[in-house]
Amino acid sequence: MTTKLFGTPVARSEDPRLLRGEGRYLDDLGHDAYHVGIVRSPHAHARILGIDVTAALEVPGLIAIHTFDDLPERLREPLPLLIPHPSIRDGRTQYVLARDEVNYLGEAVAMVIAEDRYAAEDALELIDVDYEPLPPVVGPEAARAAERTVHAGIDDNVGARYEQTIGDAAAAIADAPNVLEFRLDIERSASMPMEGRGTLARWDADESMLRVHSSTQAPTSVRAAVAAYLELPLQQVECVTPDIGGGFGVKIVHPWPEEILVPWAARELGHPVKFVEDRREHFISATHERAQVQFLKVGFDDDGRILGLDVELLHDHGAYMPYGVIVPIITSTQLLGPYRIEQYRVVFDSVYTNTVPVTPYRGAGRPQGCFAMERTMDRIARHLGKDRTDVRRVNMLEPEELPYDYGLIFQDGRPYRYDSGDFPASLAKLKELVDWDGFEARREAAAAEGRLLGIGMAAYVEGTGVGPYEGGHVLVEPNGTVQVATGLSTQGQGHETAFAQIVADELGVPFASVRVVTGDTRRFRYAVGTFASRAAVMSGNAIHLAAVKVKDKALKIASEALEVDVEDLELAEGQVRVKGSPETAIDLNVVATMSNPLRYAFDESARIATQFATPASLDRPPVGDDDEPGLEGTDYYSPVSSTFANGMHAVEVAIDPQTSDVTIERYAVVHDCGTLINPRIVEGQVLGGVAQGVGGALYERMAYDANGQLNNASFMDFLIPYSTEVPHVDIDHLETPSPLNPLGIKGAGEAGVIPGSAAIASAIEDAIGARVDAMPIGPAQVHALRCASDERSAIPGRDRVEVPR
Amino acid sequence: MKPPPFAYHAPRTVDGVLAALAELGDEGKVLAGGQSLVPMLNMRLAQPEALVDLSRVDGLDAIEVTDTHVRVEARVTHERLRRDPRVTPAVPLLRQALDWVAHPVIRNRGTSVGSIVHADPAAELPAVLGLLGGHMELRRVDGSREVAGRDYLLSPLDSDTAPEELAVAAVFPRPSAHTGSSFLELARRHGDYALAGVGAVVRLDEDRRLVSAEVACIGVGGVPVYVGLTEALRGQPHDALDLADAVGLVRAAIDPSDDIHATGAYRTHLTGVLAERALTQATAHATHEEIAA
Repeated sequence: MTTKLFGTPVARSEDPRLLRGEGRYLDDLGHDAYHVGIVRSPHAHARILGIDVTAALEVPGLIAIHTFDDLPERLREPLPLLIPHPSIRDGRTQYVLARDEVNYLGEAVAMVIAEDRYAAEDALELIDVDYEPLPPVVGPEAARAAERTVHAGIDDNVGARYEQTIGDAAAAIADAPNVLEFRLDIERSASMPMEGRGTLARWDADESMLRVHSSTQAPTSVRAAVAAYLELPLQQVECVTPDIGGGFGVKIVHPWPEEILVPWAARELGHPVKFVEDRREHFISATHERAQVQFLKVGFDDDGRILGLDVELLHDHGAYMPYGVIVPIITSTQLLGPYRIEQYRVVFDSVYTNTVPVTPYRGAGRPQGCFAMERTMDRIARHLGKDRTDVRRVNMLEPEELPYDYGLIFQDGRPYRYDSGDFPASLAKLKELVDWDGFEARREAAAAEGRLLGIGMAAYVEGTGVGPYEGGHVLVEPNGTVQVATGLSTQGQGHETAFAQIVADELGVPFASVRVVTGDTRRFRYAVGTFASRAAVMSGNAIHLAAVKVKDKALKIASEALEVDVEDLELAEGQVRVKGSPETAIDLNVVATMSNPLRYAFDESARIATQFATPASLDRPPVGDDDEPGLEGTDYYSPVSSTFANGMHAVEVAIDPQTSDVTIERYAVVHDCGTLINPRIVEGQVLGGVAQGVGGALYERMAYDANGQLNNASFMDFLIPYSTEVPHVDIDHLETPSPLNPLGIKGAGEAGVIPGSAAIASAIEDAIGARVDAMPIGPAQVHALRCASDERSAIPGRDRVEVPR
Repeated sequence: MKPPPFAYHAPRTVDGVLAALAELGDEGKVLAGGQSLVPMLNMRLAQPEALVDLSRVDGLDAIEVTDTHVRVEARVTHERLRRDPRVTPAVPLLRQALDWVAHPVIRNRGTSVGSIVHADPAAELPAVLGLLGGHMELRRVDGSREVAGRDYLLSPLDSDTAPEELAVAAVFPRPSAHTGSSFLELARRHGDYALAGVGAVVRLDEDRRLVSAEVACIGVGGVPVYVGLTEALRGQPHDALDLADAVGLVRAAIDPSDDIHATGAYRTHLTGVLAERALTQATAHATHEEIAA
């Protein structure tokens, strides 16, 4: 047991269960439960004049139908604005069921409860809602034009406006020898986990206890929200997460209307009730992300060094802003990437539109920021005729400049300060990994075969492990099992494995003896949630600290039992033993038994802890003033600020010269998330992120029409890449430990997705010689760009006319 | 995404199926592989009163390969047809097209005849049937009829099948000697319905000059668009094709509209590119067939 698990590619212990179909997801629970179906608005914007449920009452299996008017007073209040921010002028959120107006296609209007989902859907069809359609606002530019409004009383459709500055960007740009000004567009995508949203609630009338199972990234906060809306003491509500089939951000939003309605209905009916979202509902009633229009102005010297950068973001947050302005704040700050930008102004308008609300999706505003900055770098390189990596290199922060404080405020309300990293080393590694310098030869060879190749790259820095805190509990049972709990939930990230590695190392016990429970408020009540690549940093360190407490306690008990100084003892191979003479040892499970002074010998092993068995000192109590029974420990980790991971991607694409179809031929990733707990898990996270990055770059867009109808709300028409579309990825790691936490780790969950669009745009642009300013991009768009470029200039690669703001 | 209530019939014989369809009339719908119908039921886009499932019928599962044709019965899945070693030598275009049909899990359940009946504008097999001059065999309680493949598709998702009729088989004629074929598509993702697809059949004479040529374009109209190119290409030598006129004719014959995946203009361009490539491949194929013969 001297082998350290930390840092080794331990196979994920959750995988056999999940891969064999033995996972236990929300819809696997509650077979006796009634099913909820939701009447959803077919209009993007409408007034509700009346709801007639008469015909639906005849449906066999119907239990109940509820509309806004039936709800108790507390449930008739708007859902919470989860993250208040001073920039929010007028933050609107929706009701659990629409009161008198709907503001997006899919908004919840009425609830049906039936014996099964079939009957619920039969009833849904028969509910007649009288809508008076109102003119919808679709797209951020329509919102800005403000010829129509989403919400009465918000005449400019602006929910929040926020400006941050470093120095005086305008003056720096005015004095710069070179200035470029341009516009970029990114369309909407969405998290799209395999498993949609879902909630099951059981009310135990005998114990006045509500148990809520929910497919959520924030179980402790769901618990608190349910308790608040149902006006129950917190101690009478439990929230448990079963296996979760992916989250990617969408499941951090809470409480969903259904997360309140289902527990309420379960208590009202005295019967289990569940809601399991289907895919069509997920498209129109879960949340989206990514959509932004960006206006950039950059001044730079003849080496490509950025002297001043001015960015205006038009951020479409949809019909409501339940998650505040987190996404545009992250874009505004993380846009800076690994670069030294000393004169900077960024301002965003976060606007209302009659579309599904926008909340973080893996990357959470960073892909947009990375796109803005990396497109800027490419433009500068082209303008100056320089290699794109050289322009990035000259702007990069040197390792000795870190920690580097930009003087901005990050999404956690704390300083935007990079703690560590070596960006130039990452760039050098990437260039080697993708053979950047050998590309021109490859391009020529391909051209000789009639193939069009291009290469591109993008770099990012990712603030991870945001606070405020997470906690961990570690308990050694008298049978030797080590129970570990943390409050945040797991959506497939491998927490069971990574956290067990940390504990097994610290306590010197076999990996297999450690059992990890996440996202169950019965086991751990205090937590924040799983988002912002924070679980490993936050819970990992908290669990580590809790394990250290357990270790210290075990050493103390063993020290007394063995009459050996603590300094001379170590934990290894499931024992506390004397360093250098391992035969003098005491099993850790015996220490666990001894830690709990007993009166009753309920089994043979318990005898040693009973009152006549132990030669305890009669001068002090069996449990001392500074002690507690049991070999367990709880601790919390709460950092002063986020820790910043970084990475760079390079992509080589081939464009079919006739069809303009895009094929990714190489994809290389250099990734630095500090000290690695488990390289295999990190690589899995990176690969999954790259797949989503490819999706955002080449495939995924929410096709809203001018009426706010979503024209591709299915997996047939909303194109998520299949495995056949995801390239092989070469991954290399740098490990620059974070100085901010005991384990030196940084988050890795979102990294892979961030630079996808930027890097792929760069490569396509390089291949076709025409500007790529809007993503996603498919063969039809590439074809159109090439045609337009042929019309403008016969010389590929020449700089184009800049689009004025 | 749960279907409304429907009655379910699972006859054991073809006659049982025909009787059920006759009785149900407009209220009945045939279920074969279910790869299109079941999603439509779940999304309540189709709400038939009754389904007549072919899965328990004794028979209707033959692939008949003769000197003149390949006859595919209603329960034959895409994958069985694709893998049948007799089919490719007899009608190479079937395999060439089936390689583009969806993914293995869909091909394992979806039926070739069902795909033709379903009449998706981007489906491959209706175009294959039409291009080869094949036909559908339809049966009802009181009779049967044949419909030429080219006439069978009426409009998107609508084929010439009466409610009481069962499409029992599709018959694909074997091409004559010196004939080559090809099927090419471009889809946004592997196995998706194509942005555009082109099937091509060309015939050469003894001197390896083109005698006849025709393409079928899918995904660019409500039904497959057949473009005869014999006039444009007759007499061209196999190894020095000039396809510019043919490509022009193909592009002129179609008028695809914009949709969320591509503009009509791009689809027109793409169809021309695919036609050029498919004609080139089909011509090469014809010369290989000649050598093989």
